[in-house]
Amino acid sequence: MPVIQMREALNQAMCEEMERDPDVFLMGEEVAEYDGAYKVSQGMLAKFGPMRVVDSPISECGFAGLGVGAAMVGMRPIIEFMTFSFSLVAFDQVVNNAPKVRHMSGGQLSVPIVFRGISGPGQQLGATHSWTVDAIYTHVPGLKVVIPSTPYDAKGLLKTAIRDNDPVIFLENESMYGNRGEVPEEEYLIEFGRADIKRPGTDCTVVGWGHTVLTAMAAAEELEKSHGINVEVIDLRTLRPMDLDSILTSVKKTGYCVTVEEGYPTCGVGAEIAAQVQQHCFDDLDNSVVRVAALDVPMPYSKPLLQHVVPGVERVAEAIKQAIYFQG
Amino acid sequence: MTTVTVPAVKAEPTDAELMQWYRQMVLIRQFELRCAQSYQQQKIGGFCHLYVGQEAVAVGSIGAVRPDDYIITAYRDHGHAIARGMDIYPLFGELYGKRSGCSHGKGGSMHFFDAEKNFFGGHAIVGAHIPLAVGLGWAIKYRKQDRVALCYFGDGAINQGSFHEALNLAGLFKLPCIFLVENNGYGMGTHVHRASAVTDLKLRTADAYGIPGKDVDGMDCLAMYRMVRSAADYCRAGNGSIFLEVKTYRYRGHSMSDPQKYRTREEVAEFQKHDPIGRLEKILQEKRLLDDAKISAIADEIHREVEAAHEKADADPTPDLEDVWTDIYAQPFGPYR
Repeated sequence: MPVIQMREALNQAMCEEMERDPDVFLMGEEVAEYDGAYKVSQGMLAKFGPMRVVDSPISECGFAGLGVGAAMVGMRPIIEFMTFSFSLVAFDQVVNNAPKVRHMSGGQLSVPIVFRGISGPGQQLGATHSWTVDAIYTHVPGLKVVIPSTPYDAKGLLKTAIRDNDPVIFLENESMYGNRGEVPEEEYLIEFGRADIKRPGTDCTVVGWGHTVLTAMAAAEELEKSHGINVEVIDLRTLRPMDLDSILTSVKKTGYCVTVEEGYPTCGVGAEIAAQVQQHCFDDLDNSVVRVAALDVPMPYSKPLLQHVVPGVERVAEAIKQAIYFQG
Repeated sequence: MTTVTVPAVKAEPTDAELMQWYRQMVLIRQFELRCAQSYQQQKIGGFCHLYVGQEAVAVGSIGAVRPDDYIITAYRDHGHAIARGMDIYPLFGELYGKRSGCSHGKGGSMHFFDAEKNFFGGHAIVGAHIPLAVGLGWAIKYRKQDRVALCYFGDGAINQGSFHEALNLAGLFKLPCIFLVENNGYGMGTHVHRASAVTDLKLRTADAYGIPGKDVDGMDCLAMYRMVRSAADYCRAGNGSIFLEVKTYRYRGHSMSDPQKYRTREEVAEFQKHDPIGRLEKILQEKRLLDDAKISAIADEIHREVEAAHEKADADPTPDLEDVWTDIYAQPFGPYR
């Protein structure tokens, strides 16, 4: 099986869907002539031409809304935000227009659009460029939120997102674009609302999504090696719809649950998972759910400060030990 | 200064079209007056923005385009929906929050939609639908279709960022969009002179976005028709977008809850002297298509039509409570369902 980078997997997903459906187009800042700010759309302008791979001006509200309007008449726009921090400039289009047109029209219209780009703290970009937007968009009825952790998942989920008849927020991570993984040559799709157990285990359930799956995996490996702790890592893959069944089944087995996110703890995705787990697994839990999240502060620039704010392997490993009352 | 000539169109409406527009304008007015009553009777909730006084804008402009052209508007949307040919019964149903409403009671006054008639709403955040209109224009150009997109908004919208971003994109990509600002003088209670640094609105897009601007008397149905016909021809020929400053006036408040302290009764009375229905009535009388008896017969007939639709919708059932879970996703999902 070919081993490719995450950015190539995303590129393949877009190219394959554009080849099969003439209504799919990509629009965003620097996606065409510049070949993508992070080279995700490399070569696509040459392949599809300037009507289908379209450079937009720096005008997020404008081109996000353009995408919604085009989707209302059946086109399937892929709108790239250079980062989802900039989607906040287009917030009204993303949370008020895209997910509500179906509802306000009494189901007469669909908005089959994908908003994709990077989310997460990045490399010392300061407070405004470092948003982790997963909780913000997961909060909104009418949106779907997808966040892959491997090249395989990225390709299968993005193809599903492009074919989906609802607006999809597709969250990528700058530090993961170069990550490599096996991606089959034959076509495949990954259904939304299906979590993936990235690492089976018996001692503690750890729930992650996107980049935090990698952090959780590294923590699990370390705990296995140093203390023989056997951690199960669940990759949610989609936050809305969320595969609660997989989480609950795992927690019923292990009795412990840790959530890991790079967003904030206050009203975060982990808070929602904790509420669901305590509601449905109250008698199975041997401790309260432990949440690992960014510290509840704006993202600082200075590297040691940033590393202190964003949860790393050590913090996750400590949280797991705390969750299972490990004395070591 | 960018100078672009938009050639005048010679095409004149037929007598049948003129009569149809007259009936539509009377229908819109009577519909709106019934809405005012129903609002006071608390049959209509939320915000309700009446189109009384502005009827010629929607009727003349929509009369100038084809049924497959796209139409999108803001929250003062009753007139456009009726001019587009939507039946008034599902409109009353929508206003009364009934299942028979055009949006099954989920949208309300500000969100009338009719996908089959290419009427794309009914949008309530000021200026937020203007980028959507650009998307409609983008789809037309992308699919190489012979269509235009008409986008209506008020003078209150043109200082929103979404307006400027949208018009820049429409100008940049040369999209077949007609942007109509219905300048009724007030963004809610703030006069345009207190809101816009440049109040000659037609000048605001040519130099800025390469979109020629024209002004037109929105109290004159025929002037609206001629201007929009020529604008549509200009767009269809691949020249890009047009911006129209439509000078109009609303007789009623911004919404039903507006005490109108910002203007005088005399100002309203002055505009009512140029009433759009009265003006078309005069033309039709000169053409001997209307006389006093026929005017009152049409008024009675439309009154009966409005009352019948209102009564039918009023008697309709409200939606099932289970309906809150539909029309959100193509396929609903949990966990909260």
